[in-house]
Amino acid sequence: MSELVLNKLKARFPEAVLETHNQFGNETLVVKREAILEVMRFLKEECGFESLMDLSGVDHLPESPRFEVVYHLKSFKNGYRVRIKVRVPEEEPSVDSVVSIWKGANWYERECYEFYGIKFQGHPDLRPLLLYPEFEGYPLRKDYPHKKRQARIALLKPETR
Amino acid sequence: MIKISDTTKDLHTRYLQVLLGPSHPAMHGTVMMNVTFDGETIIDLDIDPGYLHRGFEKECEAHRWNQIVPYTDRLNYVSSIINNVCYAMAVEKLLGIEQKIPERAQWLRLILSEISRICDHCTCLAAMTMELGGFTGFLYFIKIREYLYELLESVTGARVTYSWTRIGGGRWDAPEGFEEKTQEAIKKTRPVLKDIHGLFDKNRVFLERTVNVGVISQENALAYGITGPFLRSTGFNYDVRKAHPYLFYKEVDFEIPLGANGDNYDRYYVRMLEMEQSLRIIEQALRRLPKGPVMIDDPRLALPEKKEVYESIEGTINHLKLIFEDIYVPAGEVYAFVESPNGELGFYIISKGGNQPWKCRVHPPCFPIMQALPELLRGHMLADIIPTFGGVNMIGGEMDR
Repeated sequence: MSELVLNKLKARFPEAVLETHNQFGNETLVVKREAILEVMRFLKEECGFESLMDLSGVDHLPESPRFEVVYHLKSFKNGYRVRIKVRVPEEEPSVDSVVSIWKGANWYERECYEFYGIKFQGHPDLRPLLLYPEFEGYPLRKDYPHKKRQARIALLKPETR
Repeated sequence: MIKISDTTKDLHTRYLQVLLGPSHPAMHGTVMMNVTFDGETIIDLDIDPGYLHRGFEKECEAHRWNQIVPYTDRLNYVSSIINNVCYAMAVEKLLGIEQKIPERAQWLRLILSEISRICDHCTCLAAMTMELGGFTGFLYFIKIREYLYELLESVTGARVTYSWTRIGGGRWDAPEGFEEKTQEAIKKTRPVLKDIHGLFDKNRVFLERTVNVGVISQENALAYGITGPFLRSTGFNYDVRKAHPYLFYKEVDFEIPLGANGDNYDRYYVRMLEMEQSLRIIEQALRRLPKGPVMIDDPRLALPEKKEVYESIEGTINHLKLIFEDIYVPAGEVYAFVESPNGELGFYIISKGGNQPWKCRVHPPCFPIMQALPELLRGHMLADIIPTFGGVNMIGGEMDR
């Protein structure tokens, strides 16, 4: 089913597609970071993927490249679903924003930015979404300690963590 | 006729900024809205969620597979069993055992999911109608919810946070007489639903407050990635239960109610009709409910019987292994999704082998809806925020994680 889309994409962007696999019926495609905007526009306009269902980051510490941004796309017209991945290096954690293609990407990218520190180039308003403005660090990175606390007001009894 | 904008020009009024929430009697769920008003008209709206953020994903990465089940309860705490089911389905896919789950467990998951769906719709509509001044409606909806909470309690032992599913099945079987009790509850629910239809469907106050308020177009809804009753109220036919059937939804007969205008009234009506369809599904499922175990027969996943734990060395070791180490899941990644009352709920799980997930991401259905809310409300009045926000059914636990 969704393989049709994959083949179409591979034919159109032979250099941008790094890897494909299909696990548990989830068609997955790893795309070059520089080509993401082009590929996404092609998917939306010519393959009928109307909706971005989900966007999230993954931290693969200690692998290299360290980060991954994962997009789940859905085409209601054809009933297809694909997963697009972009690998993002630790030294320069940034990807092109897809807000211009799907309006719904706005909050997902803000969330991904505050939790993983991945910058989305061209995002109109990259503020933290769920965390408070004073929060320091990127909590979903694997090197952020699980037990670390950042209280906004001084605690009466200092925590002994 | 004088336009409002003309008068404000003469009067030299200023825009007024009002912070609604995070803790406000009319806001259910802690969320803050930064609203800019011109008189009473909404000029702009900025939503600031996150007051209920408790690090769900970070906690999942630090816990073992079965320990996460209670956390999923706290995502959508109005229909937590659906979260449980979706999480269990995702991990079962990773384990490759989704075909081996006992039939009774799957049917029970389906029945409990549908009961939960009615509870969720009831809670959402109860809040929405009460905020429009219809307190009677609130009491009627809560009456239905009470009948159903008792059923859920009889199976799971809890009223709100069930934690009933386990990876590989369910924790307990339904008690004796569950079928009869459910049928009785359905019999009691139908006339109340009819009363509610009579109370609101043609109620002038209700119509004036909801028709053509909070309208969203189909293209916009799709661009935001909205699913569920919100998308269906615009007339778009998409329901995960029909489009990608899971459990036994293929074998039961039900329809998908659709709206036309995508306004608050249509969302109310779609939810009302969906409850009726859920009752139909439950009735059919009760007839098909087979006898048998509710947990997979696999010592690597299921806890042994207490008798075996106390009387045999194998049982003791098995119990100890599962409690201390939990199950092991092979490496892989999966995105499993179900139809939750608000739309498509998805779990994107990455495993790198071992007894802990590498990543456990939730796609919350009310997230895209909240993102679209400013567009729904621009140009409306202050008082329209409340019913529209009520119709969105934002669940803080799921939105902020």
